Amino acid sequence: MTMPTYLGMPSFPEAARKAVADTRLRGNLAHATGTIRDRRAKAVAELDDWLELRESAKQIKDHTLAHLGHYLRLLEEKVTAAGGTVHWARDADEANALITRLVRETGETEVVKVKSMATQEIGLNEALAKAGIAAYETDLAELIVQLGHDRPSHILVPAIHKNRAEIREIFRREMPSAPEDLTDDPSALADAARLHLRERFLAAKVAVSGANFAIAETGTVLVVESEGNGRMCLTLPETLITVMGIEKVLPTVRDLEVFLQVLPRSSTAERMNPYTSAWTGVYEGDGPRNFHLVLLDNGRTRVRDDEIGRQALRCIRCSACLNVCPVYARAGGHAYGSPYPGPIGAILSPQLRGIGSEVDASLPFASSLCGACYEVCPVAIDIPEVLVHLRAEVVKKPVERMVMGAAGWALRSPVRLKAAQRAASAGRGFARRLRYPRAWADTRDLPVPPVQSFRAWWRNTHDDRT
Amino acid sequence: MKIALFVTCVNDTLFPQTGRAVVSLLERLGHEAVFPEAQTCCGQMHLNTGYPKQALPMVESFTRAFSGYEAVVAPSGSCAAMVREWHAKLAARQGRPGLARRAEELAPRVYELSELLVDVLGVTDVGASFPHRVTYHPTCHSLRMLKIGDRPLRLLRQVRGIDLVDLPDAAECCGFGGTFALKNSDVSAAMCADKVASVKATGAEVLCAADNSCLMHIGGSLSRQRSGVRVMHLAEILASTREGERA
Repeated sequence: MTMPTYLGMPSFPEAARKAVADTRLRGNLAHATGTIRDRRAKAVAELDDWLELRESAKQIKDHTLAHLGHYLRLLEEKVTAAGGTVHWARDADEANALITRLVRETGETEVVKVKSMATQEIGLNEALAKAGIAAYETDLAELIVQLGHDRPSHILVPAIHKNRAEIREIFRREMPSAPEDLTDDPSALADAARLHLRERFLAAKVAVSGANFAIAETGTVLVVESEGNGRMCLTLPETLITVMGIEKVLPTVRDLEVFLQVLPRSSTAERMNPYTSAWTGVYEGDGPRNFHLVLLDNGRTRVRDDEIGRQALRCIRCSACLNVCPVYARAGGHAYGSPYPGPIGAILSPQLRGIGSEVDASLPFASSLCGACYEVCPVAIDIPEVLVHLRAEVVKKPVERMVMGAAGWALRSPVRLKAAQRAASAGRGFARRLRYPRAWADTRDLPVPPVQSFRAWWRNTHDDRT
Repeated sequence: MKIALFVTCVNDTLFPQTGRAVVSLLERLGHEAVFPEAQTCCGQMHLNTGYPKQALPMVESFTRAFSGYEAVVAPSGSCAAMVREWHAKLAARQGRPGLARRAEELAPRVYELSELLVDVLGVTDVGASFPHRVTYHPTCHSLRMLKIGDRPLRLLRQVRGIDLVDLPDAAECCGFGGTFALKNSDVSAAMCADKVASVKATGAEVLCAADNSCLMHIGGSLSRQRSGVRVMHLAEILASTREGERA
């Protein structure tokens, strides 16, 4: 339940204030999310049966979550039968200790990593570093983030907050093999990264990956990626350790028919995903000789117990909700204080971690409830509904409770509402000069109450009716 | 047809001209508008700020005030969406199955203004005249919760003399979001700034929408910037006639 690197994050509004003032960041984000957003809309519009696919994806996930114990035990049985080893981790500490032990047992002090949200969630890299084990990210964007001593700010495009000029600077500074005359041309940057990563892949004996899906009926695990760097990690090392949230399991191979359509179109706006790696246990003379699958709970069982909140566990990490979110586009990913940014992060992080910290208590409010996220979600997570549900769980400040209590008291009764309207009309002159609350009045004029409420006008003109 | 007006607490208190416009528009079309005085608020602010228990009495008073009517119209997409999408669900979740049933029975008879005009009364040409350059902002809840689509635009296109211009990135949220505008004022103001820039780029004299709360937010910023752009509720444009007797 811990996300160590995010301890002590300020509340969302405070972190967002800095991001909003950073015009370069806002420019990078607006450009990148705007581009992906339009491409996704086109990719989805190509399918006549998109809504049916979406409904199927939702129902498969809901069915699996309802019978999670059954499918996880089946998965364990099949992975074990195919020569893999399955481990169960209740929380981040347990998972980190386990993975550290597994790496130590190989005698290695370096691991290569496929981009993985679950390992970010548990702070694996930091835990390994404490044990003297270096973890090298190999996803291009994740590499940029790691070399820049930065944090990811997007689920799919972790370095979305950086433009190519900034990336060139990071490579020149942090990558020993980067050429002197490196330009910010995307293909030159990719070449430099390729050279750097090849050395890592060829030297690595241990890899750590996440998983997009795991099939219970066969024990097959899948990683879906765009660069091929993931496949290098999954096939070259001798030992592969895969960390997977327990909600990633699917019952059958056939279910992939749905998810391998909705995921690429929603995330990268592609019809088909470029590199889809699937493996079942270990194979004689091919690929890793040791395969460990770590099934991570870390709060998921508790989320599943919440009738409204549990739909967040349907998430397949496509990031479509981030790309359409007007709040994410202005505040950026870091303000969410979690590896899960954007609308999905605003409902996932406070549920996984609990609403204890300042940032987690503020996340359910980090939305105007515009509903754009729900509209694009390929597994139909009603994010606004969960946000509203979580808002009720947050303990409110006494002043707010008082104001809302008074407003509720007045709004429950037409007589009291009328009295409040009379007072507002009488105070028009005063209201005209009002500059409070500043959160509103710093950038917006306040409306001046009218001489007469609608109610009063109706009384005067239509009193004989109703 | 006898139509009950749910004017909404915000319009009742701050924007009575919108309620008056709905009444005059419906009367001009030959219908009878009534105003059940027991009405207050739909409870949206309380629900969306995290006070579902406090919203429940408003679900109750709304249901009591409007249950007897064949059709209810609200000049607010957001409040109509609250009633239609949330009232029954909220009552059920708060352990009030009887109220949930009554709210569910009432919900389909509650319409946002453009839905009432186009779907129930079957008109798109309401005989209005408004010779001004206008741009229309589709508010989030009317668009994504009620799914009113292009109904407001179909109504506006029939208005005499109107110069209706497209708003760039129209479907993007303006950043109001109720208490979001206060709790996350920096992000809200940044969203509003972009919306205001889009509005100004159209050269419109009037920004129109079906929700006065969003207009209060965008209009507050337009007025602070002395932009010269006015905001007007859809009902007010539809109520305008050549004689200039704006409701």
